[in-house]
Amino acid sequence: MTWIALVVVVVVLAAAVAVLALDSLIGAVVATSVVSLGVSVLFVVLLAPDVALTEAAVGAGLSGVVLALGLRRLGLWRLEGDRGAAHPLVPTDGGAAGHARGGAADA
Amino acid sequence: MHGGVPPMRNIASLVFSFGLAFLRLAIAAQLGFGHTPMIVGSGILTGAEADVGAANIVTAVVFGYRGFDTLGELSILFAAATAAGLVLGHRRLGAADDPEGGLILRAGADLLFPLLLLVGVYIVIHGHLTPGGGFQGGVILAAAFFVSVIAKPSLRLNHGAISVIEGLAGAAFILIGIWALVEDGSFLKPMLDQGVLGQLVSAGTMPLLSSAVGLKVGSELAGLLAHISESEAGEP
Repeated sequence: MTWIALVVVVVVLAAAVAVLALDSLIGAVVATSVVSLGVSVLFVVLLAPDVALTEAAVGAGLSGVVLALGLRRLGLWRLEGDRGAAHPLVPTDGGAAGHARGGAADA
Repeated sequence: MHGGVPPMRNIASLVFSFGLAFLRLAIAAQLGFGHTPMIVGSGILTGAEADVGAANIVTAVVFGYRGFDTLGELSILFAAATAAGLVLGHRRLGAADDPEGGLILRAGADLLFPLLLLVGVYIVIHGHLTPGGGFQGGVILAAAFFVSVIAKPSLRLNHGAISVIEGLAGAAFILIGIWALVEDGSFLKPMLDQGVLGQLVSAGTMPLLSSAVGLKVGSELAGLLAHISESEAGEP
């Protein structure tokens, strides 16, 4: 049991560091979901299945979706074929998204 | 990592995090792991079967011993969804013409919708027997509807029906509580025959409360997610 918990803890920590280190914003959102998923596995190891179900449903599922939808609304992430209308925050090419993130981190 | 944050701020945050972790570890080391200093837990463990008749003691606490707190949680969810609806503004007129998801999303949504629906309803109805309950099942139901909406935006969610279901489910929860108040003197006291422990129809009003909460949470979150994805982009 402790080996499973140890592996999951390492995965959670790596994903948490990845949230900060990744350049792609949607990748950071996915890493946040991975953290929640790992924590829910830890809850199962600690014999708390109700809490684990809630954490998996809300943290790994819903909160990731809410973050991704927020990114989409701000124009920082697009589905394939989104009509790229002129939104003031939207960079005109994909490469500028990293600059947008760096600028946002400054403020 | 990304540039722009001065290195001193990074170091200060790191020192703060380590200091906080050290403080929490020092406090936690004095408490035995798994031995709570409070005695309410063991009291509930011994008394839950006779009092409430539910096999899942966590649900017995959520809907039986602390049913009023669950009402507070429902109010919080309602307030949050209402506030989000107010802030988000109108739905875009062209929302139904949004691009469909890719092949994986569309095929996955077609496969997952019935499965998620079944799993969500199962978790809600068996809340008093297996781990789960109203909230967990409700979130899974919301995910079921939202996955199909985001895969094919032409299948617009009927927000009027969502509001009606949410309102009726919330009212049902409160009405069951008021009925318990009128009949027995305590708001949200577990009523109805407790039945045999472990049967689907057992634990009195608890499956009804769980279903009401599941419907309310599911419809609320599905409406909220659909609203976020359909709302117009405002000024920055």
